[in-house]
Order: sequence, then structure tokens, then C-alpha cells
Amino acid sequence: MAAKTLTIDGKQLSAEEGATVLQAAAEAGVKIPTLCHLEGLHDIGACRLCLVEVAGGPKLLPACTTLITEGMEVTTASERLKNYRRLTLELLFAERNHVCAVCVANGHCELQTLAGQQGLDHVRYDYCFPPWEVDATHRLFGMDHDRCILCQRCVRVCWDIEGAGTKHVSGRGGKAKIISDLDDDWGDSETCTACGKCVQACPTGALYHRGSTVGEMVRDRSKLEFLVNAREKKLWSV
Amino acid sequence: MSQRIVIDPVTRIEGHAKISIFVDDFGQVSGAEFHVVEFRGFEKFCEGRPYSEMPGITSRICGICPVSHLLASAKAGDAIMAVRIPPAADKLRRLMNLGQIVQSHALSFFHLSAPDFLLGWEAPPATRNVFGLIQSNADLARAGIRLRQFGQEIIAVLGGRKIHPSWAVPGGVRSALSAAGRETIRAWLPEAHATARVALDLFKQVLTTHERETQLYGNFPSLFMGLVAADGGWEHHGGKLRFTDSSGSIIADQVDPQDYRTVIGESVQPSSYLKSPYYLPLGCPDGIYRVGPLARLNLCSHMGVPLADAELKHFKSLGHGAVTSSFLYHYARLIEILAALEFIERALDDADLAGTDLRADAGINSLHGVGASEAPRGTLFHDYTVDRNGLLQKVNLIVATGQNNLAMNRTVAQIARHFIAGTKITEPMLNRIEHGIRCYDPCLSCSTHAAGRMALHVRLLAPDGTLVHEVVRD
Repeated sequence: MAAKTLTIDGKQLSAEEGATVLQAAAEAGVKIPTLCHLEGLHDIGACRLCLVEVAGGPKLLPACTTLITEGMEVTTASERLKNYRRLTLELLFAERNHVCAVCVANGHCELQTLAGQQGLDHVRYDYCFPPWEVDATHRLFGMDHDRCILCQRCVRVCWDIEGAGTKHVSGRGGKAKIISDLDDDWGDSETCTACGKCVQACPTGALYHRGSTVGEMVRDRSKLEFLVNAREKKLWSV
Repeated sequence: MSQRIVIDPVTRIEGHAKISIFVDDFGQVSGAEFHVVEFRGFEKFCEGRPYSEMPGITSRICGICPVSHLLASAKAGDAIMAVRIPPAADKLRRLMNLGQIVQSHALSFFHLSAPDFLLGWEAPPATRNVFGLIQSNADLARAGIRLRQFGQEIIAVLGGRKIHPSWAVPGGVRSALSAAGRETIRAWLPEAHATARVALDLFKQVLTTHERETQLYGNFPSLFMGLVAADGGWEHHGGKLRFTDSSGSIIADQVDPQDYRTVIGESVQPSSYLKSPYYLPLGCPDGIYRVGPLARLNLCSHMGVPLADAELKHFKSLGHGAVTSSFLYHYARLIEILAALEFIERALDDADLAGTDLRADAGINSLHGVGASEAPRGTLFHDYTVDRNGLLQKVNLIVATGQNNLAMNRTVAQIARHFIAGTKITEPMLNRIEHGIRCYDPCLSCSTHAAGRMALHVRLLAPDGTLVHEVVRD
């Protein structure tokens, strides 16, 4: 495949055609904040944290789903972008019920870490306090919609890696939610293999091992990466 | 005409309160009500949460005694799982509770109450506090602060942090006591013992000059309730419930905390967010009972450790049957500090504390569970009803300050009757009333599970309800 040359934050670099801006930036050592992106899963640009500016157009583009082009000039950390990222994070916090102090993912949460990195010390919007419920019907795992940011990592890992196709999104806007099968109780799902990959993929405390207490949900992503690598490199002769 | 006087600095109770004192046509005090005016609603918003999260959530009720809620909640979780937790976990929880008793009692005695009887009831409010104590007796104040620090250090050594450790969990605890932590505690013990001794000697001296306060600060017959061991000894985390009357006779004994509803009723007053529990068979208000250090010492036959047992003997000699003066809560608190230090010392030599089997695992085996533990201020109940998936359907929390509510009302009325003359409340009068409340070391944040700063608001009301006089401190 042909290589393309481009500029990211003034740094000239080349990357293979077909690469995303996020991949090219990562190769060049430029860190762009992400939430819905997870190595091994196809990107969907859901969280809008990786928005970048591309010279020649007014629109902000998600780095994870924008392919590089020849001569592209990308800016990843302008004041405008920082403001938008902060705003996006604030809206995520305001939309559902995130209470870090008593959350199972406290200290191991990507949303919390990112908020810290972006200097988020308060939220300027009124909290919505929506009345979400916890689905604790599964014998091993729980799903707390209060803490879900709809990144859909769980949906993609369930379809892309496990191939079970249990997780879906229902509804729209603020009422959108992750469901199991046809909005059944998770414990009644006929397709769920109880593999736990969704729990490992979740960036917040939305998916957790049942019985977890404050700060106990530490994810092990290496298993997901191992599975993807093994599959792509055809390590198994099934 | 009503008058509003704002007095700064902040007074020394934990939470936000108001007192109404009623005067009759002859200018005599006819009654008093202690109102807690804040509401937080933990019992409501915890509904729907998994029971495993409850220790973490409910410990946020209070920053002074988060450990008490943590432990009671974890115990309620044990009951829902229907497990007997590993012995090491039980011993570790007990050790943390002892640390909690030391730090909270030290706070109550040195920071909040001692300024009154050491600096004087009439001392200016600007200096009648722990800072004034530092000025007048720096060594004592420093020792008191260090004693509190010692208790907090135990909590930190076990739970990783001094406030809100997420360490006790349904089924046990998350980590053992490290060798380094054990030595930290051991090295600090002699100093803590010395401070407890100084405080006890000091308070006994105070008693000789405060006979009036002993007579008038909440000195009335009532029942007493708390946990006692199977042999009737002092208990702070396990054991079962006992009620005694003011003559010292046992009227209910070895009641399983799971069955607390058979002995405790809860009444609600329209004027306060604080519920008023009472001994059910006697009804309200005849079933008035007190909890906390005074009650625990009245209830138990012995402490189980030599130094505290010697003090208990002296304590019991101050009453006829039971010790009924709430001013002696302070003395009981110091004896409990001493006992806690002795039990901590004993615990450190127990090899179980470094155990690795710390957490039982089980599903939902009971849809209802009660956890009871002795918080520094008295017996704390966490009562959870869950669905088959472990999500909370109903939460009932009965906290120490609520159980002392009826007694606090009576104490305020008793003090007001003796110290309020005419229709104006002077600052020293206000302070005496406050101290009556302070004897119970109330935690209003806990009692209504309410947020708040330490403030007091006293109103003097005529028979027709008109406001005669009003004093506010905030």
C-alpha cells in the first residue's frame, strides 16, 4: 500500500494509506484523547473526544474514523478543541448519574482519568439525574446504566470478538441504552455466553463483576488484545 | 419582641440544629424540642442499588464515623449472603471499630466538650473551643489531637485511608493488617495510654467541681440499650441487644439484632427530620432509652480488660442502679477509650490478623438482612431488604443520635428549666443548653443522614406560639 505524507501538530510524518488520523498520530507519538476507541474493535466515532481540526475545512472530524489523505494538515490540541473536549466530558457527566466516590470503577475509570487530564474540576450544566435502573439479573455481571456513556465498546466486543451478538443499543438520544437481545433481562439472554469481554472492555463502572465494591473493578484489556492478535495473525488453526 | 442575635464562631456539635423552648404564662420553662432541620434521603436514594455497594455509599453519610456505617452495612451484607465471615475478617473489623471509637471519642472529649468544663461555661465563645484549649493547656490539647490521630491511623493502616475507607465488604474485609502497620500501632500505644490516663484523672477532678452539672445535665430515669457479649460483658461490634432500666434491672436481653423490630419502634415528630426510636413494649414516649457510652457501661457487667474494669467499678459507684446523668457520658467515653486501647493491644498479638482468608463469597441467600454495630455514639442498625438479584428494595437506618433524641429533648428541657430565667437567653445559658446536647456527642449528619455545618438555633416560645426570644449561631 502506498504511503501518504501529512502534518500532525506541525510534525511531518508518513503513514500507510488507509490508516486513520488516530493511528497515524499514535505512530508519530501524538496522543489524542479517546473514550470509545479500543484496540481490536472497529471505530465508530461515538464519544467525540478525539475530534481534530483539519486545515481547509470548518468541521471538526473524529480522528478515529477519519482516514489520512496526502498533504493533510491536522491539529489535535488547539484551544477550540480543548474547549470542546471539556464540554463533551461535562455533558457526559451531566447526562447520567456518575458518582465517582462510590463507584466500582473509582480510580480505574477512563472517563474519570480523562476528566482529570482535561482539568475538569466542575460541571457547568445542570445534572439530569435520569432514573436509570441496574440490571443485576446476570449471575456473574451487572449493568448500571447510570454510568454508561454509550461508547458501545460492549456492543462491538460482543459482535466483533466474541461473535455472540448479545449487546445492542435501543432508543435514541438521552434515552438510548445498551440492551441484551430484545431488551431482555441480561440474565435471561439466550445468546450471552457469559464470556465477560464486555465487562473487560467497559471504560467506566457501567459493566462490572457482581459483588464488586468501591474501586474494585480493574479491567484486564490484555486478554482482548491477545485474542485480536491471535486471530489476525492466525495463531490458531481452527 | 423577638430578637435575632447572630453569634460567631460556630458551635461544637456535628450538624445543623434548632431548639425550641416553651415557656408558660408564669415565665417557667414548660418543655423543649430539639429539631434537626436537614434532610438527605439516603434511605430513599439507595433503593435500587446493589447491596454490595452499600458500605461504600452509606459510609458517605458521615465523615466522623464513616467506619461505623461501613461496618454495619457490611454486616447487613453478610446477613443477606447468609454467611459467617472468616474469623480473621471479624477480628480485623473489630480492630477498625476500636480505632474508630478512640478517634471519635477523643474528638468529642478534647475538641468539642472539654473547652466548656476546662475553660468555663462563661468563657467568651471566641476562645471557648479547641484553639482556646491550645492556648491555655497546649500539652493537653496536643495530646488529645494526637490521640484522635492514633485512632485514625488504625483506620488508615487497615483501610488505606483515614476517612471513607472502602475496606469492609459484605462477606469480610479486603485486606489484612500488614506487619509494618502492626508495629506502627504498637509503637504508638504507650503514648495513647498516657493521654487516656491524663484525661481520666482530669475528668474525675472536673466531677468534683461540677456537681451541679452532674445533677442537672440530663439526669433522669430512662432505659438504656446496646450490644452486650454473651456473658454480659462490654461489646462494640458483635453480641446481642440488652435493655436495662434506670435501676439497672435487665428488661430484655440477648435479643438478636436481626429482630430489632420486636423491641424498637420509631416515631416521627413533625418538627424534626430526626426520628425518635423507643422501646416498643412501653410505647412512646415512655419507652425512652439512651444509647452510647453511658448506656454501654450501664448495660455491661464488665469490660474484660483490667484498667478499664477498675474504672468501670468507679463509674458504677456514681449511680444507684444505673448511672443516669448524661454529663457522665464524658466519663464513660474516656473509659471506653481506655478499654479500646487495651483491646487493641491484645489484638496486636493475635496471629489471625495477618490471615489470608478474609472474604466469604456467596450469592443472595436471604432477602432481608440487618447489620448492627456499636458506633461511638451508640448502636447503629442498617436494615436492608433486597430482591433476588441483590438490589435494595427498602433501606432503614437507625442511628445512635436518633435513639437519643427523646433523651436530648428531656435534657434540654431540664437544663432550660434550671438556667433560663426571664425571657432572654444569654450566651452562657445558650452554651449550657448546647452542652446538654453535646454530652450525647450527637452527629446530626448521621442522624438525619443530613449534610450540614455545626450550627444552633434556639427559640423561646410563649404558650400561644409567639416567639419570645431567638438566638442563632451559624
